[in-house]
Amino acid sequence: MSKLVEGLYYTKSHEWVKLLDNDEALIGITDFAQSELGDVVFVDLPEVGDTVSQEEEFGAVESVKAASDLISPVTGEILEVNEDLVGEPELLNKNPYDNWLLKVKLENNDEIGSLLSSEEYAEFIK
Amino acid sequence: MENLKKTCLYDKHVELGAKMEEFAGYSMPIVYDSIKNEHLAVRNNAGMFDVSHMGEITIKGLDALAFVEKIFTNKVETLSDGQVAYGMMLYENGGVVDDLLVYRLNTEYFLLVVNASNVAKDYNWIVENTGDFDVLVQNVSEDYQEIAVQGPKAQEQILNILGIELKELGFFYFANYEYNHHHLLISRTGYTGEDGFEIYASEEAIKEIWDLFLENKVVPCGLGSRDTLRFEAALPLYGHELSPEITPLEAGLKFFVKIDSDLDFIGKQALIAQGEDLTRRIVGIELKERSIPREGYEVYFQDELIGHVTTGYLSISLEKPIAMALINRPYTKKNTDVFVKVRNKLIPGFVRDKKFLEKKYNKTKGA
Repeated sequence: MSKLVEGLYYTKSHEWVKLLDNDEALIGITDFAQSELGDVVFVDLPEVGDTVSQEEEFGAVESVKAASDLISPVTGEILEVNEDLVGEPELLNKNPYDNWLLKVKLENNDEIGSLLSSEEYAEFIK
Repeated sequence: MENLKKTCLYDKHVELGAKMEEFAGYSMPIVYDSIKNEHLAVRNNAGMFDVSHMGEITIKGLDALAFVEKIFTNKVETLSDGQVAYGMMLYENGGVVDDLLVYRLNTEYFLLVVNASNVAKDYNWIVENTGDFDVLVQNVSEDYQEIAVQGPKAQEQILNILGIELKELGFFYFANYEYNHHHLLISRTGYTGEDGFEIYASEEAIKEIWDLFLENKVVPCGLGSRDTLRFEAALPLYGHELSPEITPLEAGLKFFVKIDSDLDFIGKQALIAQGEDLTRRIVGIELKERSIPREGYEVYFQDELIGHVTTGYLSISLEKPIAMALINRPYTKKNTDVFVKVRNKLIPGFVRDKKFLEKKYNKTKGA
């Protein structure tokens, strides 16, 4: 069974969003995503200062076997990139909810409304 | 998945929690736990693969030797009985029907082990070419189940677990053995770049020895690690480095194609014509930045498209992004600076040899 964290928002492409204060948010991939991928060996991420757009590709997470595009759940400017994943991409297998990919400044809070709740996501991956 | 064929070990794979996927019409284990761990088990210890999906075709008859020489690129006349040869079957135009192992039981009896995805095609092609040869061609794939036991500890594990001593069995030789009243055909062959064995037997025998190996900590490995292992050893995979559109010369497999001999196999004239005038070749490419060059990705010299990646990984053993790629000459020259296009970014790399990893075959015995 894939783990879920309540209070996060999810996408059908298996990313999660955690809302922070000041319209900031963390973006990561779900436990279901890491388990489907298998051993994560490389994470290809954009740079601080770049922007991501909702439903658009912003990088990739790669397992031994395949590359899987990352699709942004929200629009905004990138404030931080999780550099730990450069040296230790396998952290995504170990704990995909602590090991976020990007921290962004949300441009449009309304976008959150289009994301799935943990209950909806649980139903989606069932 | 319902219409897929299953090997006799299917239930055991499912029980072990393997991730099953379609391959060549079979539901096959891709990975049990981790491709990385399975890969490293074979490099450092011993792993086993269910390769029962492989195709087996027998050629029997008075003209068997002459016929195999007609359809196979490597020498079989000079093989001893009990020896194995790797080579290809070619179309008249030099394109590859399949790559395969030929087991010589005797001059009137050969066993051909072919790719699972090509069995029907191969069988039909072989039969079409029998002409006036006095041979019987049979697709016996259902009768042969197969486990490959690979890695530096493979020989020791087979001795400990089955009591079968293989130290006298030479590289690319095979012999018949008995375990618990089962007949096993074992060859010192494999597809990993390590020392190892391929065991052919009945369903009942294969199920029994799989369980014994499992109890004794031989690591079950899926098709995922089979591919990463053969790739590091630069062994070609049909459909990637070899195909009806890629000749063995372009694939860099001239060693297995006896065009300078008096053999007259199908496709030989086309290869002679192609000769030194190759317009493209499979090379190795190593990237200078951390990224992963995957199959199908485009390769550039400056802004000119010069080919594509046929197989690529972030090598598990070497921890480097490397690839095999089919590219145009003259860019095939070593150390040529090239780019691989990864998600619309051009990642710098260079052409290198395909000797990514030193093969650790045990060639000390036999011959």
